[in-house]
Amino acid sequence: MLTEEEIKEITTELVHAERKEAASIEALMVVQKRRGWVSDESIRDIASLLDVTPDELDGVATFFNHIYRKPVGRHVIALCDSMVCWSLGYDPLLDLLRKKLGVGFGETTQDNRFTLLPAACLGACDRAPAMLVDEELHGPVTPEMVDGILQKYK
Amino acid sequence: MEKMLLKRVDIPNSADIDVAMKNGAYSTLATAFGMRPVDVVNEVKRANLRGRGGAGFPTGLKWELCSRVPGSLKYLLCNADEGEPGTFKDRFILLQDPHLLIEGMIISGFAIGAERGYIYLRYEYPTALVVLEKAIEQAYAKGYLGKNILGKGVNFDLSVHRGAGAYICGEETALIESLEGKRGQPRIRPPFPASQGAWRKPTVINNVETLSNIPYLIAMGADAYAKIGAETAPGPKLYGVSGMVNKPGVYELPMGTTLRDIIYTHCGGVRGGKKLKAIIPGGASTPILTEQHLDVTMDFNSLVAAGSMLGSGAVMVMDETVNMVNVAYVLVRFFAHESCGKCTPCREGTSWLYQVYKRLMHGEGKLDDIDLLLYICDTVKGKCFCPLGEGAIQPVLSSIKHFRGDYEQWIKSGKSAHV
Repeated sequence: MLTEEEIKEITTELVHAERKEAASIEALMVVQKRRGWVSDESIRDIASLLDVTPDELDGVATFFNHIYRKPVGRHVIALCDSMVCWSLGYDPLLDLLRKKLGVGFGETTQDNRFTLLPAACLGACDRAPAMLVDEELHGPVTPEMVDGILQKYK
Repeated sequence: MEKMLLKRVDIPNSADIDVAMKNGAYSTLATAFGMRPVDVVNEVKRANLRGRGGAGFPTGLKWELCSRVPGSLKYLLCNADEGEPGTFKDRFILLQDPHLLIEGMIISGFAIGAERGYIYLRYEYPTALVVLEKAIEQAYAKGYLGKNILGKGVNFDLSVHRGAGAYICGEETALIESLEGKRGQPRIRPPFPASQGAWRKPTVINNVETLSNIPYLIAMGADAYAKIGAETAPGPKLYGVSGMVNKPGVYELPMGTTLRDIIYTHCGGVRGGKKLKAIIPGGASTPILTEQHLDVTMDFNSLVAAGSMLGSGAVMVMDETVNMVNVAYVLVRFFAHESCGKCTPCREGTSWLYQVYKRLMHGEGKLDDIDLLLYICDTVKGKCFCPLGEGAIQPVLSSIKHFRGDYEQWIKSGKSAHV
């Protein structure tokens, strides 16, 4: 069930929306912001609030890279794997993150602290290699900086 | 050239409306509202402003088509879904000078008769979301947005619509689908958005940089504006340069600056004094060029003549150490992942290209695979629903055309690479 707070925030988003379903991404984000991901149950609850079918909303949720339909850790690391980041050090950075976290892409650390994901171009090619941790952009990231960056996220 | 689009970005706190206004923001509104909407459209037409998002469609013509459709409900959409790998120019305006964009949208909305605007912002720019929402709130408070702007009876409402991570939503009809709350898959055209766009109403979609040109264009007039840069596509251009150069960044230069000037004069040349090997001039979907193309001028027509495209003006530079098979692999991986799956040639074509490249990268390639890649490209070329598929095959075709030797050497070596 959605919390009162979630319902209130989704309803506020509807003010900007031409039609209810136009707020689909924002509504999914409202839930994801609080719970980290969007469950089947949440899909059904949000869908009824937006007057769409759960399948329609799931179609939207699964279309986008950054709506998570599986549980993620407390922090999500999105490592840019596009052209410029690759050419300036993506491979060693990925190796290091895999080693430090003990997980690969799509996996969450045992302490539930981090989920590691590949990201399509972050639009930070001037700061390559770059990664987004939650909503914070880091770059250029050298291997020496990785420990310091990870420490910021508990 | 004196900076226009980036004039305010280095001023501290330039995203704040008072700072922006002290430095000229919103000063063109009065000029624009003193003209008839049709005259604003004609001014943009006369200036020959071409869209800065990638396709280079004449902005004035797009506006004219929309403004001529009868009906009072029209939409102006700003495409801030800057997702083309290599592209980061709009980020500078979104973060440092949001009021330039907002002023551009108010004038553009006035010109085409739209009283409702949306900025479709990519998920990957969360900081820009905060900056834009604050800037819009400030513009409402000053009366630049909302009803009866400047007391001239002009109305314009604006809000941000966030994406959630999908390259395809930069394609204008996919953007509209996503704005309406659906999966971001492209629509068949016609009807074009100018007659039936968002919620089937006449809609204009312009890129951030395009809209940011409007206040300056109207303030200086079409004649003066048309004198900047290339005759076939005048105006200032933001070139986002990245990769193996000494000074990556966004450079505002006249449209038609040569690649040599951009890379060597402005960006300090190739890192570590290494030899230049390849340049992607306009983002991931534009064909790869070589050192021989350094004197090509960076404008729409010259790049087409050189066998590539201006795209978003995102210049990616590679030095002699780079293996072009690996470059093509990384680019194809992106397109295969971001293909929306709507049409078969793109969905299957990009995914088969990816399979073949993976084999090559694992050291299991055969020389015949080069022809196989070209064959797959042929099954995609000209057969896709939208430009994504066409863009996806460009790195393959151009890397084989200019660097076939890299493929042959790599395959014969039997080496494998980190993938």
